[in-house]
Amino acid sequence: MSATGIGASVRRKEDFRFITGKGHYTDDISRPGQTYAYFLRSPHAHAKIKRIDKAAAEKMPGVLGVLDGAEMQADKIGNLICGWMIHSKDGSPMKMAPHPALAVGKVCYVGDPVVVVVAETLAQAKDAAEKVVVDYEELPAVVDCAKAKGATQIHEVASDNVIFDWHLGDKAKTDVAFASAKHVTKLDIYNNRLAPNAIEPRAAIGEYDTGSESFTLWNTSQNPHVARLVIAAFVGMAPENKLRVIAPDVGGGFGSKIFIYNEEVVALWASKRVGRPVKWTAERSESFLNDAHGRDHATHAEMAFDADGKILGLRAHTIANLGAYMSTFSSSVPTYLYATLLSGQYAIPQIYCEVDAVYTNTAPVDAYRGAGRPEAAFVVERLMEVGAREMGIDPADLRRRNFVKSFPHQTPVIMAYDTGDFDASLKKAMELADYKNFGKRKREAERRGKLRGIGFSAYIEACGIAPSQAVGSLGAGVGLWESAEVRVNPTGSVEVLTGSHAHGQGHETTFAQLVSERLGIPIESISIVHGDTDKVQFGMGTYGSRSGAVGMSAIVKALDKVEAKAKKVAAHMMEAAEGDIEFKDGKFTVAGTDKSAAWGDVALNAYIAHKFSGQELEPGLKEGAFYDPTNFTFPAGCHICEVEIDPTTGVTEIVNWSAVDDFGVVINPMIVEGQVHGGVAQGIGQAMIEHAIYDDNGQPVTGSFMDYAMPRAHNLPSFKVGMTTTKCPSNPLGMKGCGEAGAIAAPAAVINAITDAIGTENIAMPANAATVWAAIQKIQPRAAAE
Amino acid sequence: MYAFEVHRPTTVRQAVNLLAKNPEAKLLAGGHSLVPVMKMRLASPSALIDLSKVEGLSGIEVGSRSVTIGAMTRHRDVARSPELHQAMPALASVPDSIGDPHVRNRGTIGGSIANNDPNADYPAACLGLGATIITNKRKIPADEYFQGMFDTALEPDEIITKVSFPIAKKAGYEKFKHPASGFALVGVFVSKRGSEIRVAVTGAGANGVFRATAFEEALKKRFHPKSLDGVTLLPDLMNSDIHAGKDYRAHLVGVMARRALAKAVAG
Amino acid sequence: MPTVSMTVNGKPVSADVDSRTLLVQFLRENLRLTGTHVGCDTSQCGACVVHVDGVALKSCTTFAWQVEGANVTTIEGLADGDKLHPMQEAFRENHGLQCGFCTPGMIMSAVEMVWRKGSDLDEQTIREELDGNLCRCTGYHNIVKAIHAGARAMAGDRGPARQAAE
Repeated sequence: MSATGIGASVRRKEDFRFITGKGHYTDDISRPGQTYAYFLRSPHAHAKIKRIDKAAAEKMPGVLGVLDGAEMQADKIGNLICGWMIHSKDGSPMKMAPHPALAVGKVCYVGDPVVVVVAETLAQAKDAAEKVVVDYEELPAVVDCAKAKGATQIHEVASDNVIFDWHLGDKAKTDVAFASAKHVTKLDIYNNRLAPNAIEPRAAIGEYDTGSESFTLWNTSQNPHVARLVIAAFVGMAPENKLRVIAPDVGGGFGSKIFIYNEEVVALWASKRVGRPVKWTAERSESFLNDAHGRDHATHAEMAFDADGKILGLRAHTIANLGAYMSTFSSSVPTYLYATLLSGQYAIPQIYCEVDAVYTNTAPVDAYRGAGRPEAAFVVERLMEVGAREMGIDPADLRRRNFVKSFPHQTPVIMAYDTGDFDASLKKAMELADYKNFGKRKREAERRGKLRGIGFSAYIEACGIAPSQAVGSLGAGVGLWESAEVRVNPTGSVEVLTGSHAHGQGHETTFAQLVSERLGIPIESISIVHGDTDKVQFGMGTYGSRSGAVGMSAIVKALDKVEAKAKKVAAHMMEAAEGDIEFKDGKFTVAGTDKSAAWGDVALNAYIAHKFSGQELEPGLKEGAFYDPTNFTFPAGCHICEVEIDPTTGVTEIVNWSAVDDFGVVINPMIVEGQVHGGVAQGIGQAMIEHAIYDDNGQPVTGSFMDYAMPRAHNLPSFKVGMTTTKCPSNPLGMKGCGEAGAIAAPAAVINAITDAIGTENIAMPANAATVWAAIQKIQPRAAAE
Repeated sequence: MYAFEVHRPTTVRQAVNLLAKNPEAKLLAGGHSLVPVMKMRLASPSALIDLSKVEGLSGIEVGSRSVTIGAMTRHRDVARSPELHQAMPALASVPDSIGDPHVRNRGTIGGSIANNDPNADYPAACLGLGATIITNKRKIPADEYFQGMFDTALEPDEIITKVSFPIAKKAGYEKFKHPASGFALVGVFVSKRGSEIRVAVTGAGANGVFRATAFEEALKKRFHPKSLDGVTLLPDLMNSDIHAGKDYRAHLVGVMARRALAKAVAG
Repeated sequence: MPTVSMTVNGKPVSADVDSRTLLVQFLRENLRLTGTHVGCDTSQCGACVVHVDGVALKSCTTFAWQVEGANVTTIEGLADGDKLHPMQEAFRENHGLQCGFCTPGMIMSAVEMVWRKGSDLDEQTIREELDGNLCRCTGYHNIVKAIHAGARAMAGDRGPARQAAE
C-alpha cells in the first residue's frame, strides 16, 4: 500500500480551504447586480387562496417584483414532479398531485410558498412581503398518517388521500408460514418524522443572460445534473443546453439536497422576470418548514418462528406519510428502498409487506440518510430482539440461528445478496462491546441505582443504487449509473470529472487516491472536478452510498481506457509492440528489456504526437466512461449499544457504542470511520431526541433549534468502530458503500438497549428522558420515584 | 428585522432619560434574547439603548453578608469569580449552566432578570436566595419583582443597576436542561439562611418562576433531601409541552429539589 | 447610518452601515469574509462564531456597531500567514470536519475554549464546551479528538484577553 493509495488514511485535500474559511458555498457567492428573494409562505396547513393583493407591496422601496403562481403558470413554468412511478395493487399508477413552485388556488402545508418578493435588499423584500394581502379560506388539516385515509381530501387526484397501496411478496404463502408458527412476535412501530438539518441551509442564485438566452443556477444540490434535467424537461424553464447548474461547496445533504425544490425554480424564473440575478438563502426556520422531512411511517409488523427459533415469515403493514406533495423521489422510499430490505441478515422463507402512502398537510417527506432502509432495519431488528426475549433465547444466538450463511442468497423481496459474513461482524462487535461481561456491568450499575441495557442491531442495506435496468423495472424515471472523464494533461497531471457530488464525503481525496494508486502519480497532481453541468458530463450525483461503488467504478473504467491508450503511445515512443508494454508504478516498460518511459513523458508524447501519425493513433489522452452496476451492493454489520439510565429522571446515557461494519474494500479508513460516526449520531438522534412535530391543526411545533432537539457533542459518546471485509463481487473495486450504515443501524440498537434496561417490550421513538421515565414509572414505579 | 435607532448612553441617568423619551425603545444588554426575536420580526423596538458603555454597571462585590452583582456583569465573569466561588458556590454555579459558552460570554444578569423568561436560571437564584433587585429608583425584593412569565415589577423608565444576594450558608442549584434549547426544563434553587428556607422553581411552572412553599414547609423540620419524601407538587401547576408533560415536570421538580438540597447540605 | 470602525484580522476597516447590520453581515457582505457562516436564526448552531477582543461570540447575534473599535478575528485571520493555527492543523489531522460548514465556528470556539479552560482538556469538558456548536456530519467524535490534540499543541497560549490583563 502506498502512502496515498487505496487503503491509506490520507488527510483530506479539501480541508485546507474549509479550515481557513476559503470554501465557496452558495451563499458565499455574490453576482453583479444581485437581488434578493423572500418567500411569503402559507401560515395555514390547508386552505383555499381566495385572493392575492400585491398592489401595496409592489410600491414598496427597492421592490423589483412581487410574483405569484398564476404568473408562473402564465409563463408556462411547469410543476415539480416525483420521478419514481409506483403502481398500486390493482395496477393503477400512483396519484401524483400537481405541485406548483408557487401555490395556485390552494395551499397544502404551513410553509407552502405563495408569493415571492424580489428586491434590492433582503430587508426591503421582507418589508414588502408584509404588505402582500392573501385571503385564505381555511380547510381542516390532515396531519397523522394513520388517520389520513378518508379524512379531508387534500388533492383532487386522490379522493381518499391515498397515493398508492402497494405490496411486495407473496401474501398467501406468508399466511401459510404464519399458520404453522410456534411463536409469533408482534409490534406496532412509529418511525418518527425527522428534519434533516444539514448545517448549511439551502440556497439558490438564479441568473438569466439575455444575450445567450441561457440560465445559470447556483444551488445547494447533491445532484446538479438531475436538477438540470428536471428543471429543463419537466418544469420547462429552458432546454438543458440553455441551463447551467452549479453546485459549489455544499454544506451537508443527508438526502435533503437531492430534491428539486420550489425556491430554486422560482429564483431562475424570477431572474428572467426582473432581469437581474436573484438570490435566496433559507433561514433555518424556513428549512424546518419545507426541506423534505424524513421517515414518518406507522407500521404493524409480525414475525413467525418455529420451535427452534427459526424464522418462518415476516409480514408488515406500513402507512407512509409523504406529506403535502410528492417530492422528487418520495415514492421510492417506503417501497423499493424499504420493503426489499425486510429480510435483514436472515434467511426468511416468506415475506409480505403492504404499504399505503398518504397525503397529509405537512412538509413533503422524502429520502433522509438511509431512506427506507433505516425503517426496514428497525422493523426487523426490533422484531428479532423482542422475539428473542419472548422465546427466552439469547438475542445474539437467535440472530446466529437465522443468518444467511451462503451466497448468493435470493430473498423473497427482490434482493439477491451477493456476499457477506454476518457471523463475523456479530462476533467482532460482541468482542468490541465486551458482551460477555455485560452482566457484571449491569449489576454494578444496579448498585449505583442505574439501569443498564444492551441492544443489538444486525443491519443490512442495499446501496450503490443500482442497475439501471433493475431500477427502471421498479419504476425509476432515471438510470442510476455514473459517469467519469479522466483528462490527462500534457504535463501528466490529471483532472477527473465525476458525476458524483461531494458535500462532506471527501471525494477530492478518495477519488484522487484511486487515481494515484492506478497511475502512480502523487495525489497533488490530481484534481477532482464535480458539481458543474458546464464542466462535467451528465452524471447522477451522490446519495444512497453510491459514489464509491458506482462513481469510482466509472473512474476505474475510464482509467482502463486511459491506460490502454497510453500504452499505445508508449509503444510508439519505445518502438515496441503494444502487447509488450507493461505499466506499473507510473512507469511504462517494454517486457524483457530495460526500456522505460515515465508517465509524464507518455502524456506529453500523447499531445505533441511526434512519434506517431494521425492514421495510427489519435493525439491526446482523455477518456470517459459510464458505469452501470450489475447489482446493488449490500453493506452490513452489527452495532451494539449499551445504555445506562437514571430511573428517577429517565436520562439515558450511551455508555458504549460498538460498530462493526463490512463495507467491502475501503479506500480511506479515516473517512469511512467518519461516515460511520456521523451516521450513528443521526441514528441516535432519531432514537433518542429528534422528532418533527405538527399539532392537530398542522402547525409545526418544532420550527427551530429551540424546539427540535439536535444531537450535540454532550449527547453522544465516542464510538468504537471496527471492520470486517467481504469483497463486493459486483464492481471492480469491491466496494459496498458506507454513508448510510450508521443511520440505518443505530435506532434499533438504541431502542433494544433501552427496552432491555427497563424491561419493557416497546417504547416510542424518540425515547427521550420524558418517555423513558414514563415507561419506567409504569413498570418500576419505585425506581422512578427515587 | 425592522429599522431602529441606536443610543449609547454612558450614564444611568442618560439611559433613563432616553427610555423616558422613547417609550417604544428597548434596553440592550447581552442581546441574546432580544436580538433573535428582532431578527424574526417578533419584536420591533423603535430604538435600542445599549447599556454596554454605561459606567458602573458591572462588577462583583462580595461583602460579609451579601454579594452584589452589577446588572451588566456577564455570565462568564460571574461564573469565573473566585471571590464568589468562595462566598457562595451555589450562586456561582448558576451562570455556568446558562446557554452555551458564547451566550455566557455576552449574556448579563440584568438582562436575564429584566426579561424574566419562564425557563431562565437567574430568576430561580434571585427568588431562591431572596435577592434584592436594585434599580435607578428603588430596591425591589425578589418576592415582589417576578410577576409571571416575561413580567416584572419594573416600571417603563426603570433600569436594573445591580442585584444583591444575601449570602446563604447552605444553598444549591440543580437544573434539568431542555433537550433542544438548553434552557431550564426544570431548575430548582434551594437555600437556608438562619431560619429562612427558600425553594424557587424555574422552567416548570405554568406562570414563570415560583416558590415551592410545600417544599419549604417540609424543610423547616429538617433541611435535608429526605424531608421531601412524599411531598409533591400538583401537576396542574406545571407547564406542559412536547418535551415534558405536567406529571413529568412535577416529578422533576422533586428530583431537582432533592439534588439541589444534597448539594446544599454537602457544601 | 452609523459609521462603524474596527480592526478585522489585523486590518482597520470602516463603513457606513444600517443599524440593523449584524456583525456576521458586516463580515460577509461588506468585507466579503465569507468564512464566517450562518446556520440558524436562533443563536444556537455556532457556525458564525468569531473572536472579539479575544472572546468568542456569535456574530449573528451581535450588531456591527456593538463591536465598534474592537479587534475582530475571523477564521480567515486565524493562521499566522502561511502557517496554520495549531487548532486548524488539528482539525485536518484528525478529520474533524466533513462538509466544512460548521468548521470555522468550531475552530474559533475551540481556540477560545483553550484560552478559557487551558490546554489539557478531557473529553467531557470538550463535549460540554461544544454546547454552542452544532455539527451534523461528524457525530462530534473526531471534533473532540481534534480539539484535544489542538489544545495540547496550543499549550502556553492563554489568549489575547488574558495576556493583555497580565
